[in-house]
Amino acid sequence: MAVKEEQQFKELMAKGTSLGKVDEDIMRETIRTQDYWINMGPQHPSTHGVLRLILSLQGERIVDTEVVIGYLHRGTEKLAEARTYHQIIPLTDRLDYLASPAMNFGYVLAVEKLMEIEVPERAEYIRVMMAELARISSHLLWLATHALDIGAMTVFLYCFREREMVLDLFEMATGGRLITSYYRIGGVAHDLPDGFLDKVKEFCEIFPKRVQDYDDLLYANRIWLSRTVNVAKISAEKGLALGLSGPSIRGSGVNWDLRRANPYSVYDKLDFEVAVFDGCDVYARYLVRRKEMLESCKIVKQCAEYLEKTSGPVMAKVPKVLKPPVGEVYMATEAPKGELAYYIVSDGSQRPYRLKIRTPSFANLIALPEMVKGHLVADVIAAIGSIDIVLGEVDR
Amino acid sequence: MVEIVIVTIVKLLIYFGIMLLFVAYGTLAERKVAGHIQDRLGPYHCGPHGILQPLADGIKLFFKEDIVASASDKFVYFLAPALAVVPPVLVLAVIPIGDSITIGGKTIPLAVADVNIALLYFLGVTSLTVYAIMLGGWAGNSKYPLLGGLRSAAQFISYELILGLSIIGVVMLVGSFNLIDIVRYQKDMWLVIKQPVAFITYMIAAIAELNRAPFDLPEAESELVGGYHTEYSSMKFALFFLGEYANMVVSSAIATALFLGGWYAPVHWLSFIPGPIWFLIKTFALFFFMLWIRWTYPRLRYDQLMGMCWRFLMPVTLLNILGTGLFVILKNGGL
Repeated sequence: MAVKEEQQFKELMAKGTSLGKVDEDIMRETIRTQDYWINMGPQHPSTHGVLRLILSLQGERIVDTEVVIGYLHRGTEKLAEARTYHQIIPLTDRLDYLASPAMNFGYVLAVEKLMEIEVPERAEYIRVMMAELARISSHLLWLATHALDIGAMTVFLYCFREREMVLDLFEMATGGRLITSYYRIGGVAHDLPDGFLDKVKEFCEIFPKRVQDYDDLLYANRIWLSRTVNVAKISAEKGLALGLSGPSIRGSGVNWDLRRANPYSVYDKLDFEVAVFDGCDVYARYLVRRKEMLESCKIVKQCAEYLEKTSGPVMAKVPKVLKPPVGEVYMATEAPKGELAYYIVSDGSQRPYRLKIRTPSFANLIALPEMVKGHLVADVIAAIGSIDIVLGEVDR
Repeated sequence: MVEIVIVTIVKLLIYFGIMLLFVAYGTLAERKVAGHIQDRLGPYHCGPHGILQPLADGIKLFFKEDIVASASDKFVYFLAPALAVVPPVLVLAVIPIGDSITIGGKTIPLAVADVNIALLYFLGVTSLTVYAIMLGGWAGNSKYPLLGGLRSAAQFISYELILGLSIIGVVMLVGSFNLIDIVRYQKDMWLVIKQPVAFITYMIAAIAELNRAPFDLPEAESELVGGYHTEYSSMKFALFFLGEYANMVVSSAIATALFLGGWYAPVHWLSFIPGPIWFLIKTFALFFFMLWIRWTYPRLRYDQLMGMCWRFLMPVTLLNILGTGLFVILKNGGL
């Protein structure tokens, strides 16, 4: 067979083609197709910061994805080793800068667990309230940018309108809008200002109505459904194996929320539902976050009601110079993006020997190549949005 | 003879002026409408309520540095933006803005050219737009614009078909390709009532052809950065932009003539308002409709867009033609 083919080829060569005589080397080389690759990011409008993806394409279909990170690396964990326990709080703000109270929360809880500090209940309620407001603000920014990536530009500005309200609340209580540094080891920096709780309650009144606005534009929108349903699917087993957490895994039907599964602070005294949907796709993750915003709103309301009725200290008696006992501690909390954990090794000095941060975005990002394999370029955008990463957290 | 030339030149100048004004204020309208839909104000600083904004935009774009991508194919690179503006301007010639006026005992038709194949001319000329986009995507010698250009070629050719098929229903009823005849046919009843399906498919196809949201895939900025015009800056970018808006205006105007009764008033007692004004109002209404759609809907995915064209719109338009044909035959007393 091969001999016959060889003969045919020689005959063809002798005859020449319509283009005239052709170089045999060119003819020998059979026509090859090659994967086309494009570089998405680090400067790309929908990579949510400085994420870089190297996409191998066949037409517009994804063959392979390589995630390149590190463009926002600031060495937070190393910096922490040269700072006292108090001084680390502002560093944690800069991890997920979209929900800094939640970042503070995990850290102070870890130190308190290590030192066995008893925190006043009022402080705990304030912390939970701020953390839930941060969750709302984080999810709002997520919905805004996610919708913008898929092309619904109006939702973007609607969400920013409400996020502005939350940021105004932060500013009123802490002076900072994004990086608040409000939490302290043993409580919070100071009690809430007068009139704050009224504003919070006003927000809780308005917010569910505004969620209705977003629903009008997205919830049952045919185009939105066709862009999100059955896109970037990931099964529960695969997700768990890859370390997916938070809303991203709850969208695959895994009922795992640390606020319920392993209650910390005062979450066991509060009434809320864990949002779980089992679509495994972008739409399910959208539904989870959408419901979480409403549930968080309920928590905030309950906290505000409690805080209105009570008064008391917001800070435990904590020594000025913190020297935790020799030992180690691991504290995991439910941050807006997923499971956030701090692992502290103390050598008994004023500074931690080692601080390791398990950030949800970093772990969730690993699932991205798995999700988008075989999908189109446009789906990559939807998938990135659906795992809700923030690069400050990925790179640390 | 000289008279006709002068009249035609004057008409052309007026049309061109109206068009440029429409395009300039179309951009402002887009930003204002977007602003109000999104619960903000839109441009506000140039003149009262931002009324001078198009001027400021124009000056800004004109004085920006003209960056030429070094690895580009220079001739094609410069040709593409120019090609983007030409087709809509050519279509202007057949748009019947009004019936005719009498000046000094002479009757002058308001359309620049009374062509009996106006619709075919319109289809032919607008399909040239795809060259601008394709060549623009190709010439930059860059990957994202190339993807944009490829998408656009497929999209444009598919929806051009739908556009043509939608119009056929109208042509069958009226029995003419002449836009002026088509408008006159609608004196008593607009064609949108007789051909609602065609109107809807025409609007969808027109928006898709214009690469407007929710079909703005060739320039989907969240995926392809800027799409085919990523490598263009300054006035060359502005020309693409102008082309898009001019195409919007032209498509709206053609739709007005085809379906919304052209220069006729919607109800008889309103006919004291001159025809051309009605025409402009209707055109603007359709223009507004396009803006409204853009700021409300997310973007379709590329394969879904093509699927919608071939699996849904195509059968619907064909059925519409079949239905119209049966109607025409039965009305004329059967076979």
